[in-house]
Amino acid sequence: MLLLSSEFLKDFDVFIRERYPDLLQATGQHLILSGVALALGVLVAVPAGMLLAHYPAKWARTGAFGVANIFQTIPSLALLALLIPLFGIGTKPAILALFLYSLMPILRNTYTGFRSVDPAILESARGMGYGAAQRLMRIQFPLAFPYIMSGIRVTTVYIISWATLATLIGAGGLGQLIVSGIGVNKEELVVAGAAAAIVLALLADGVLGGIERRVARRAHPKAASK
Amino acid sequence: MIVFTGVKKQYDDGFQAIKNIDLEIKEGEITVLIGPSGCGKTTTMKLINRLIQPTGGSIRIQGRDIASLNPVELRRQIGYVIQNIGLFPHMTIAKNVGVVPRLLKWDKDKVERRVDELLGLVGLDPDTYRNRYPSELSGGQQQRIGVIRALAADPDVILMDEPFSALDPISREQLQDELVRLQQELRKTIVFVTHDMDEALKIADTIVLMKDGEIVQADRPERILRYPANDFVKSFIGKKRLQSAGTELVAPELAPSVDDVMVEQPATAFPSRGLAEAVKLMERRRVDTLLIVDKNRKLQGTVSIYNVLDQYAEENKTVADVMRPVEHTVPSGTSLAIALQLMSAKQLSNLAVVGEDNRFVGLITRGSVVRHMADLYASGSNGGDAYASVIV
Ligand SMILES: Nc1ncnc2c1ncn2[C@@H]1O[C@H](COP(=O)(O)OP(=O)(O)OP(=O)(O)O)[C@@H](O)[C@H]1O
Ligand SMILES: [Mg+2]
Repeated sequence: MLLLSSEFLKDFDVFIRERYPDLLQATGQHLILSGVALALGVLVAVPAGMLLAHYPAKWARTGAFGVANIFQTIPSLALLALLIPLFGIGTKPAILALFLYSLMPILRNTYTGFRSVDPAILESARGMGYGAAQRLMRIQFPLAFPYIMSGIRVTTVYIISWATLATLIGAGGLGQLIVSGIGVNKEELVVAGAAAAIVLALLADGVLGGIERRVARRAHPKAASK
Repeated sequence: MIVFTGVKKQYDDGFQAIKNIDLEIKEGEITVLIGPSGCGKTTTMKLINRLIQPTGGSIRIQGRDIASLNPVELRRQIGYVIQNIGLFPHMTIAKNVGVVPRLLKWDKDKVERRVDELLGLVGLDPDTYRNRYPSELSGGQQQRIGVIRALAADPDVILMDEPFSALDPISREQLQDELVRLQQELRKTIVFVTHDMDEALKIADTIVLMKDGEIVQADRPERILRYPANDFVKSFIGKKRLQSAGTELVAPELAPSVDDVMVEQPATAFPSRGLAEAVKLMERRRVDTLLIVDKNRKLQGTVSIYNVLDQYAEENKTVADVMRPVEHTVPSGTSLAIALQLMSAKQLSNLAVVGEDNRFVGLITRGSVVRHMADLYASGSNGGDAYASVIV
């Protein structure tokens, strides 16, 4: 296979040494794009999911899930293209698009997590004199945390992979290496860009998984040890 | 004291769950709400801590109408144990037990001391259990935690909704015993919901029998057994209990105690007797069991013919070597109803009556009960059926 031939590997090595600074810069941009989009997604979707779970008004839930679902189903290229007339090109519309994508999975998991808390436990908390806000923060949130966290993890992996498309509206990132690699027919560029995106996704998932386990071990000793 | 006056509850769907309840729950007592499923026990209980708002009437605790109190603060003053316990799975046992004290902002040391004290109270070693999670405890242990969690902030009133119903019979009985023991020290006002009549009879100071959102009868257990208000109460108590309580047969003023019925000179033997002597004694007295007492007539154990024959070949053995401990006794003065209930619950063929210092005073046997009833009936009006209805 081409990728594994020793000649390719040697060329690749040389290439990495030469283009090292470019690679680093692209990775940095990529991280910022995904990280900011994800952070915004968490800031919006987690509280929104909590609210939806707390006030079980059917219309609000249908509306919120409907909107988030629509963003989810627009093909990513199309979404980017649609954003150009509205927000121009560059980093901001790219982050906006990625942010819109992150909403649905985080929202759904947060909502599910909060709804999954045993009503008997909530009743017991109410009966012992927890106020509404205390119940939300001290009982429901910790119990829903593993759900929320797994929503965030899944989303992170998607966002990092979708962020490679952001270069199409001039936002840079690892996608830029791939696209220009295709343009000048230089495999090393394509491979380097793709590999870096994969490593980034794996690392991010690993870090979040570590956080999740640390918190979960305190919260659910049985669940974490299995 | 908790007083219900004309309390009604109609749920949003129009269902009238509580029809018109007047009830006084006495201070320092265990009041048991009992009745068929759906009769409104849980609803009645939740009205007390305002988890449910009444649609009519008022509830007063110590003279104060609870409608005028802040519900969250009210609940912190009332212990609460729900069915299936409701321990918080993400908190350690110490955190769970300390929930209400923390909500009440006790300082940390005080909460910790209180938690350890409570764990000790139900026989769980604080060092072992403090940092465990609920999922790392057995069902019975979790129930104990549920109970002490409700005691944590030392509330005067505690509500318990079928707290022991999920347990196996042995653990359940253990916890009932523990509750009765704790209550003797603590003297809380406890409202306890159950659908198990045996449980009610065991722990209740007052039983409140409900049906279709109404109270059918509220009284002392002994009086409910003796004077069931109507056929519903009778069927709920069960025929067997009524018969053993003697309702059908005996006028209340003649209600017998165990002392009236027991055999006063049953076959007893000293612990130093040999096995052959024991067999001889049984033969002479025509019994299959001997009660073993020491010189001060303190009860030591019991020996059945089977225990003796098992080891009969061993010439050097005495009855002390083969006797079994006496697991159930009743104090002199106990009502016959209670003794019979114990015998039927434990499948005992006889029951020892003891005085002070475990001194043996007599023995209730099935034969002695039948003789007693027959005597009453021979002197009473409607003769013959007595045997038939007693020997069930
Ligand atoms: N939120 C509700 N809305 C409408 N009806 C209700 C509601 N909660 C309870 N009920 C009805 O009120 C009646 C009394 O309910 P409750 O829970 O007090 O019964 P219970 O005596 O505790 O029964 P169980 O022994 O089965 O626990 C039942 O018929 C029940 O269906
Ligand atoms: Mg109930």
